[in-house]
Amino acid sequence: MTLEAAAGGTVATRVQSRSPSVGEPVGGNCHGPGGPIAGKVRPISIASMPFLRKLLAKLSFASTLALALLLASCASEDGGLQSQKIDLIKGRGKLICGVDGKLPGFSFLGSDGAYSGLDVDVCKAVAASLLGDSAKVDYRDLNSSERFAALASGEVDLLSRNTTATLTRDAAGGNGLSFAPTTFYDGQGVMVAAGSGVKSLQDLAGKPICVESGTTTELNLADRMRELKATYTPLKFQTGDQTYAAYLQGRCLAVTSDRSQLAAKRTSFPDPSVHLLLDEVLSKEPLTPATTNADPVWSDAVRWSVYALMQAEELGITKANVAAKLAQAQANPNQADLRRFLGVEGDFGKTLGLPADFVVKAIAAVGNYGEIFDRNVGPGSKLKLDRGLNRQWSQGGLIYSPPFR
Amino acid sequence: MASHLGKSPPWWQNRRLVPWLVQGSVGLLLLVVIAFLLGNLVRNLSAAGLLLSWRWLGQPASFDIAETLLPFNASEPYWRGLLAGLVNTLRVVGLGFVGATLVGTLVGSASFSRNGLVKRLARIYVELIRNIPLLLQLVFWYFVVFLALPNGAAAIQLPGIVLAKSGLFLPGFEAGFQWSGPTLVDGVWQAPLRFTPEFGALLTGLVVYTGAFIAEVVRGGIAAVPKGQWEAATSLGLGPLLSLRRIIIPQALRVIVPGLNTQYISLAKNSSLAVACGYTDLYSVAETSLNQTGRAIEVIVILLAAYLAIDLVISLVMNGLNRLVQIKER
Repeated sequence: MTLEAAAGGTVATRVQSRSPSVGEPVGGNCHGPGGPIAGKVRPISIASMPFLRKLLAKLSFASTLALALLLASCASEDGGLQSQKIDLIKGRGKLICGVDGKLPGFSFLGSDGAYSGLDVDVCKAVAASLLGDSAKVDYRDLNSSERFAALASGEVDLLSRNTTATLTRDAAGGNGLSFAPTTFYDGQGVMVAAGSGVKSLQDLAGKPICVESGTTTELNLADRMRELKATYTPLKFQTGDQTYAAYLQGRCLAVTSDRSQLAAKRTSFPDPSVHLLLDEVLSKEPLTPATTNADPVWSDAVRWSVYALMQAEELGITKANVAAKLAQAQANPNQADLRRFLGVEGDFGKTLGLPADFVVKAIAAVGNYGEIFDRNVGPGSKLKLDRGLNRQWSQGGLIYSPPFR
Repeated sequence: MASHLGKSPPWWQNRRLVPWLVQGSVGLLLLVVIAFLLGNLVRNLSAAGLLLSWRWLGQPASFDIAETLLPFNASEPYWRGLLAGLVNTLRVVGLGFVGATLVGTLVGSASFSRNGLVKRLARIYVELIRNIPLLLQLVFWYFVVFLALPNGAAAIQLPGIVLAKSGLFLPGFEAGFQWSGPTLVDGVWQAPLRFTPEFGALLTGLVVYTGAFIAEVVRGGIAAVPKGQWEAATSLGLGPLLSLRRIIIPQALRVIVPGLNTQYISLAKNSSLAVACGYTDLYSVAETSLNQTGRAIEVIVILLAAYLAIDLVISLVMNGLNRLVQIKER
């Protein structure tokens, strides 16, 4: 679209601009300086047409404004890094995070109306990274059947809901998710009443077993029982509440889920001591936050916000000492690793579409990965789970952040 | 004059052409809108890599279904699983029709009883049941009634019938045509005929809920028969039950059947609330398939088509019945 308008009869302003046409990806118009502005001068007289002159003047103003906005956005995004999702979240001022909401230790809506847990802290860390404030999160309680639809439809920006990473869920031809780093390495377990006499999976042959529908546990159970050539009755429920209610009512002899979830749910049972976890581990269950494949910039931002928590533990940066570490990094130009990690130098934040100090903000809000674990599911919680596989790699665990470089 | 008569009116005054043109252009506009929406859908779906694909239907489902009329195991493909779910849905819908019709007819007739207690009880039942959401009722039947039953040896035992937490056990013919009743083996009840509490809770919930609505339809039908018909029947010396059966009901049916159609359809649709009490119906299987394959749109399309087909068949049958019971004018 070319517009030539004259303020006083002949051409005084010349603006040539391209406005994005329909179907063209938004944000694809960032050219270097000189590109879009290099217009030709073609003087025409429209003094005799006052109506047209007015109209063109208006159009010219509008297009100048649009061009200015376009240039401004190009400048701030620095050469084409565009994420609709990040823009949307920033514009909204809140991160919408899909959680379970009923699982102590992972995401639980407490009596004070506040969410807490490991999954919730991941949401808080991402919100702090992007928006600078861990309180700017709206939580949505999702059951296991709703979660992927909610994420795919954009109802939630981030799914942090004890979700197992699998091939089909990751694949573009499957659920099309993009998985962040695993925040909890788990395995599937089976819980039975202490007096039931069930010692192993084999003892459950021919018996009813409660399971939440739409979970990997449902499939793993089917696989394991097939291996054992044992028939059984899977009783499927849509929500965890129903599943555990049916188990507690004695409809099923056993309930199966992630071991951490069983341990967490057990703490809310009337008498936790009469329920036992079988020693058998049915499967690998890496519980992992997820975003959709649709916006790789946003997925990377989430991924590295989570890695930052793990890297912080490795570097010994905690919620308490992060301010001191930042001051130390600022004062000491030789500590290049620390300076880069905390955003004092380099442009890690910018390359991810995040603020430069995203690591500092995240750790100041929720602490490092170790602190999050201890507070929610480890020694500092009711669950008292062992770190097990969730130790740092340097201590024989699987928590390993790639280098921040 | 002849020339004046022979002159046809201009085309925009043509009484046949104009409505046709208006209808045609509206229809065309509608088609364009639909084509645009469909095109938009296809474009966005292909952009998201979600274009319809049905190949997954042939892959092994790798999940189990607790109770099926159609034999099913985890190594069979998804379509078999969905079919087993459909059969489970039809099973509860079919039995639900029978139960709800019986309850509805009984309660609807009872509200005309001369016995004040029976009349009041019928009213209380209808008002209580139809004003509570079905979902709550299903959860109530399952968790409060059926799962509160005792288990094992403590189960409720009538001659040949056992009602326990693990289900309702009835006698029947076993292999070799031997009549046998429920037996307690190793603390677990076994019987030739068995209904799970999940099925029981769903069926009870649907029958009780839909029964209340059918009772109102029946009451309305009977009330629509002029009072003179009752009086005429009484003057012929017929008792209340006989006049109801021979005089009133046949005339009431023409009012009842269309209303019944609606209730049957809503029963079929309401059966998809089965997940609330753990019964594996079509919806439940579809939901599991959706989660495991991620083919949301395809699964929803299958669900829509299946429920639409069920309801259309019900409508078809009921419309045929409706034609049968209409008064034949002579």
